[in-house]
Amino acid sequence: MSMRLEQGGRLINREKPLGFVFDSNRLKGFEGDTLASALLGAGKMLVNRSYKYHRPRGIVASGPEEPNALVGLGQGAWFEPDQRATTTELFDGLTAMPQNAWPSLGFDVMAVNGWMSKFMPAGFYYKTFIWPRAFWKHVYEPVIREAAASGRPPQEPDADKYEHFYAFVDVLVVGGGIAGLQAALTAGKSGARVLLMEQTAHWGGRAPVDGAEIDGKPADDWIAETLAALEAMENVTLRNRTMGAGVFDHGYALGYERVADHTPGDGRVRHRLWRIRAKQIVTATGAIERPLSFAGNDVPGVMLASAMRDYVVNYGVAPGRKVVVVTNNDDAYRTVLALIDAGLEVPVVVDARERSDGPLASEAMRRGVAVECGAAIMKVKGKKRVEGVMLCRGNGTGGAGAPVECDAVAMSGGWSPVVHLWSHCGGKLKWSEENAHFYPDPSRAPTGAQGEAFVRTAGIASGAMGTGSVLKDAAAAGAAASRSAGFKARAAAAKAADAEEWPMKPVWVMPEQALPELRSKMFLDFQNDVKVADIQLAVQEGYESVELTKRYTTLGMANDQGKLSNINGLAILADSLGAEIPQVGTTTFRPPYQPISFGSIAGEARGEIFQPLRRTPMHDWHEHNGVAWEPVGHWRRPYCYPKPGEDHEAAVAREVLATRNSLGLLDASTLGKLVVKGPDAGRFLDMLYTNKMSTLKPGKCRYGLMCNENGFLSDDGVVARLDEDTFLCHTTSGGADRIHGWMEDWLQCEWWDWKVYVANVTEQWGQIAVVGPNARKLLEKLGGMDVSKEALPFMGWVEGELDGITVRIFRISFSGELSYELAVPAGEAMALWSKLLVAGREWSITPYGTEALHIMRAEKGFIMIGDETDGTVIPQDLGLGWAISKKKDDYLGKRAQERSHMVSPDRWKLVGLETLDGSVLPDGAYAVGKGVNGNGQRNTIGRVTSTYMSPTLGKGIAMGLVHHGPDRMGEVIKFVATDESVIEAKIVSPVFYDPDGEKQDV
Amino acid sequence: MSDAVTAPKGASSVGPVAQVEERGLQGMVTLRADLSEPALAGAVKAATGCALPETRQILYNGDRAVAWMSPDELLLLVPYVDTVDVVAALEAALAGVHHLAVDVSDARASFAISGPGAREVLARLCPVDLSPVAFGPGEIRRTRLAQVPAAFWTDEAGRFTLVCFRSVARYAFDALVGAASGDKVGYFQES
Repeated sequence: MSMRLEQGGRLINREKPLGFVFDSNRLKGFEGDTLASALLGAGKMLVNRSYKYHRPRGIVASGPEEPNALVGLGQGAWFEPDQRATTTELFDGLTAMPQNAWPSLGFDVMAVNGWMSKFMPAGFYYKTFIWPRAFWKHVYEPVIREAAASGRPPQEPDADKYEHFYAFVDVLVVGGGIAGLQAALTAGKSGARVLLMEQTAHWGGRAPVDGAEIDGKPADDWIAETLAALEAMENVTLRNRTMGAGVFDHGYALGYERVADHTPGDGRVRHRLWRIRAKQIVTATGAIERPLSFAGNDVPGVMLASAMRDYVVNYGVAPGRKVVVVTNNDDAYRTVLALIDAGLEVPVVVDARERSDGPLASEAMRRGVAVECGAAIMKVKGKKRVEGVMLCRGNGTGGAGAPVECDAVAMSGGWSPVVHLWSHCGGKLKWSEENAHFYPDPSRAPTGAQGEAFVRTAGIASGAMGTGSVLKDAAAAGAAASRSAGFKARAAAAKAADAEEWPMKPVWVMPEQALPELRSKMFLDFQNDVKVADIQLAVQEGYESVELTKRYTTLGMANDQGKLSNINGLAILADSLGAEIPQVGTTTFRPPYQPISFGSIAGEARGEIFQPLRRTPMHDWHEHNGVAWEPVGHWRRPYCYPKPGEDHEAAVAREVLATRNSLGLLDASTLGKLVVKGPDAGRFLDMLYTNKMSTLKPGKCRYGLMCNENGFLSDDGVVARLDEDTFLCHTTSGGADRIHGWMEDWLQCEWWDWKVYVANVTEQWGQIAVVGPNARKLLEKLGGMDVSKEALPFMGWVEGELDGITVRIFRISFSGELSYELAVPAGEAMALWSKLLVAGREWSITPYGTEALHIMRAEKGFIMIGDETDGTVIPQDLGLGWAISKKKDDYLGKRAQERSHMVSPDRWKLVGLETLDGSVLPDGAYAVGKGVNGNGQRNTIGRVTSTYMSPTLGKGIAMGLVHHGPDRMGEVIKFVATDESVIEAKIVSPVFYDPDGEKQDV
Repeated sequence: MSDAVTAPKGASSVGPVAQVEERGLQGMVTLRADLSEPALAGAVKAATGCALPETRQILYNGDRAVAWMSPDELLLLVPYVDTVDVVAALEAALAGVHHLAVDVSDARASFAISGPGAREVLARLCPVDLSPVAFGPGEIRRTRLAQVPAAFWTDEAGRFTLVCFRSVARYAFDALVGAASGDKVGYFQES
């Protein structure tokens, strides 16, 4: 049973007990505890069930590499799954639930999977559940989801706040252990702008736990002095609780600051995502200890040796009273000594090496610890906790084994530098035979825009294993980074000795010749229940690539991304393939280093400002007048204005009829407006539009089409010539920015010598369409401008003051009615809108929305970009040949439109459609022809592009593209709805209303 | 002229370390031309009293200013009521010179961000080095404010002026106010 010791715990404050709840048990810990140390201190060894076999699992590690101790933290709107107990600081009132323990931690029906495990081999998801297909949805998926439950998603919106912060530094140092402190100190002294980040709440890393001495002082003292020196530097920023989450191109890095995870509810933002541009990055990310692979290495009470030492020294917590230590290196003897110092018993050290009499081992032996060399743990006894181990020879198959009683096991398989951040942006690795680990190859660093290295590693992250070497390496990295960032730096390191350690011995399976029965209980990946036998099976089945083996076996997947399992797993893979480890290589290290919250990624983008909402000058009026909104790009446009008791359909019909019969008002402010000016403006527009714009007279408007280079219709709108040199091009609402970019692209990249400037003035102007037979009367009532047919004929425009407000009036019509579009400076648009509403009362002026606009244009057979076009339609398909100049040598899309497929008579062409029964055709419905295609599907001969109930005509009307359509007037064709019902429709002219245009030209 | 209004009219918010307020009507003219065109300096001088700005520079003269926007674009800041006259004067001064002068006053919204936390407010939303060393008076930056385009500059008092498009004025205001309600990050040295 784990317990709190009477003494010790450099990070806890025994004066400040904290209460917390785990799995409905009220427990006590101390200020300074992590949730993991508090759980161990409270005797909670068993914290979870494993993912696949539901084996009991305990805490293995003391940091971010922890695979088992994931909990659901908090409640309600503060609930978050997948929180790691080892990196969760304890606070009073913390509530945590184990998240993979259905129905309970103690009694777990799914543990049946343990003895079923031979039926759940590597790749079993692929093998078992392939067939029958219907079982996936109804049987396999629900069962797997229940059984393999990881964290449950929160059920309420996140109550916390999050933010981003952009920081620009010369040198970013990631990791606040002694290497990071040294690197930051060196860089800070050079005058560089330095940001130093440490993922935990504490500075100094593991040096104090390991008993390091620096500059002749205990590590703690040197750390405190160095921190004080750094804090005194104005050019250095220190940030604890901030993890280096990722390194990206161009010196971009992410820092994940857990501002208030340990002080929930204090009103501060919970997480801050630092978005950093660094000239140079130093990763002082330390190393992670590897487990050893022996049978039962996952039983609660088996722990990394370094983690056990952390718990004893930092938190005054021990996982047991009698601890067997198993190792292949000298570092584990530090744990032996720490345990003995804490008054705990170490019955035996199982050392895989043939000899072990280095200084640390000798010291342990001097203090009475038995060391068994060339030995192995054959298996661990116990299910929910360690009850003992069976020892055997290291080079054998296992055999009978000699029992040793104990209640915990500390294991050390050697150390792997944390190379994640180095690798994120392309840093390469080398294999060290001496330490059996991958470490960064400085000659193949991540490189910046000039091909220069922009990431360096420092300390043990470089593979420097002793304290003295760590500090020297870190000072050198800090100095080199500063120099690369343009500063003068001196690589003076604090003085420390490298402790004398005997070589480690790579041990990947224990015992070396273990038989299958043992290998199937040796866990490589605790989080995903991947065993030595699984990797070996994958190899038998032909897997060679480490990346594919990862996906097939799930080794190194999920929340911890194999921080403990990767090296051991690929060593097994290499061994099984008969290859060298460096030849097998690693899987790809991808950001983030540890999972970061979605909230931190979203930052401010939530609620009202999840996305920018574009508002016209009349937005508030619409809102106060019962609008039903329609999103158009980021704009909101009125869809219609339902009156009380009116549904949308009725409102739209009312708006259409009011406009057709008297007077309607439309907020058209979203219309794109681009000013194009210069001596070559006419020539430029002749290239952009299919028709000729250069012949347009000032004071006149012309409708134009724009195509892309492939000839497809891209945008349309009315062009007004303002003066000899200046045109105003109206684009679709959604197309303004795109067409502006399109124009600049041609001007900057292709026709850079043409004298043309473009400005996007979309938002300078509010635009109001005054539409209907009484439109002129309304403007005349407001007064100030002559809008008669003679003074302002159809397709003309004038400028002036309407009742004191400066306007440009365009006599254009998208409805077929007498229509004026009033452009007014945006700041006065609402004032004009109000004047129009008041003055228009006598004609029952009716504001209308986009749906009425759409219906009226469809009644007139006017096309809509995005309805009649979909990126594959050319103007000729739409009967718009009249808008394509035959006189021009060229325009964008001209040559493409001459290609054989574009001139084929078999292209579907625009027609009007009327159902025989007056109903509304379903939008997008296809017309079917004779026979079937190669896939056995009915051949199609056309489709509906726009379809509405026309209030004006009292029947359904539609437009569509139909094979040989214009040649088939009067023919009845069949459309199939999604419910497979057949609707008959007659091919008619697309102009349903006022075909001669008499109403708009009055 | 009737009473023009801004968006969002008169909005303001006082946070713990920074204040955000809508600045009211501001005349703005976009001027595109070859910046080495000899007639340009005189036209700009006449309109604003300022010389031509260098790259990313903004120059002031009382209630007028001129800012560099791109290699062939300037932004002139003038009193709102003078905008029409300024455009006309520019066109007259640049007659025969290829240029585009256009009134964009109503297309924009502008905000003042002040207080000791002003730099941090912007650093939460804009990918710009806002340290006092890197960004001081005389500098203008076109950038991104969260998800929308924006430009800003600062004065000797540490007060920032930010402009964005009118349609997203409410979005920009809400984003700024949200950022101004945050706790002090403590990244920038007190200036």
